[in-house]
Amino acid sequence: MSLIVPFRDPDAGTPPSRVEDYRSTLLRSPHHRPLAVPQTLSEVTGPADCWDRLMGPALSDLTTQHAGPPIGQRIIVSGRVIDDSGRPVPNTVMEIWQTNAAGRYVHIRDQWDAPLDPNFTGAGRVITDAEGRYRFITVRPGAYPWGNHQNAWRPAHIHLSLLGPAFATRLVTQLYFPDDPLIEIDPIANAVPMPYRQRLVCRFDIATTEPHWALGYLFDIVLKGQDQTPFEDDDHDH
Amino acid sequence: MTIERPDRAHRNPAPRQDNLDPALFGQTPSQTVGPFFHYGLPWKGGADLVGNSDMGARTDLFPPEHYKLNLNPQHALPLGEVIEIAGRVLDGEGAPVPDAMIEIWQANAAGRYASLVDDRTDLPLDPNFIGFGRSATDAGGVWRFKTIRPGPVPGPGNSPQASHIAISVLGRGLLKRLATRLYFADGQGNDLDPILNLVPAERRHTLIATRQDDGVWWLDIVLQGPGETVFFDL
Ligand SMILES: [Fe+3]
Repeated sequence: MSLIVPFRDPDAGTPPSRVEDYRSTLLRSPHHRPLAVPQTLSEVTGPADCWDRLMGPALSDLTTQHAGPPIGQRIIVSGRVIDDSGRPVPNTVMEIWQTNAAGRYVHIRDQWDAPLDPNFTGAGRVITDAEGRYRFITVRPGAYPWGNHQNAWRPAHIHLSLLGPAFATRLVTQLYFPDDPLIEIDPIANAVPMPYRQRLVCRFDIATTEPHWALGYLFDIVLKGQDQTPFEDDDHDH
Repeated sequence: MTIERPDRAHRNPAPRQDNLDPALFGQTPSQTVGPFFHYGLPWKGGADLVGNSDMGARTDLFPPEHYKLNLNPQHALPLGEVIEIAGRVLDGEGAPVPDAMIEIWQANAAGRYASLVDDRTDLPLDPNFIGFGRSATDAGGVWRFKTIRPGPVPGPGNSPQASHIAISVLGRGLLKRLATRLYFADGQGNDLDPILNLVPAERRHTLIATRQDDGVWWLDIVLQGPGETVFFDL
């Protein structure tokens, strides 16, 4: 008999599905409230210890994927993946994608007037160590315009995708940079109510910075945790 | 002329709160994958849990030199009944969503998950089957997986759950992952399934795939409005 240890509900920082100012949500957000159901083995399990077989080896340096170095400010992004009790989430995969330094994606649907960089793709993948730590090297992404409203610009951001330990912990988020004036006028960042929006802003860190080489930023990702005490799945509904 | 280093007293006040501020500690908020995830997430073969095809990726959306994802490691055929599941993602006006992504998570043919948490060692693991897959929707909003029909797994109170596949829906305009399930129209025990039975009877059909003439199990995922798919609170 497997022990079912349910993962916690989303906390106060979770955005709503529908945000008036983010127009793409208007036809894509469900009208019904999500249905509360007990978590079962299907929700508390997830792929583990199989990242190479499933997705291939880690790609933690986004600046060495092509013939030459990409243009832009080289940066190191580092931190921990932990749960909301502060416990590390070891051996978990985090996928990364972003624009180049000029704010352009290699995607064909991104056709705004900024240069592509033949030496930069912007896709990566890291696996956390036993303490939940991760580290990747990239260039600082640029801001880019989008069609949401007149003169709309996304703040510079790095997209991060985490599976975590279970189906229940799936998380896709975006990392923003400190002192970016676009954050406070961005409908996507502002879908997260203040002060929780600031959980998406990384911190410049001189200790992570490498002399004569790359600026360092710290960003911890906090996934839903589990209650302390497991219980048999035959004597509870929850 | 000498330039003096500013002493600490003259530095700017502390910056506003950020990710590492202990006062803000809590779950990292969800954000949309946006429209440009195709070179970063759905890998070649990510939607083929059975064979070694390129299903799942949208390599038409970026130049080939920017494909940096998995090169679909070869594996042998998993055990069980090979099935294909597919459907459209539709918005509140019934329009297909061409920039969504579907993920699946499921047990193997014996009903065991490839997860340390599933410690039912009396059931076999399948070395050729992980049970996780990813498919970008195509220009017509269609997602598609080749997989194995999962065996049944226990639910609350050790009641049997009918054979099902857990599904995540991500996409532009989705600030949070939407979680749902796929059941099979001919599934044994659908009528007794503890999760299906919590779904209002008139909405249960939104979780049940039907078999088409070509053998594909089809399930449209309706994000909003009439026929809206039942999504779970996770
Ligand atoms: Fe983006």
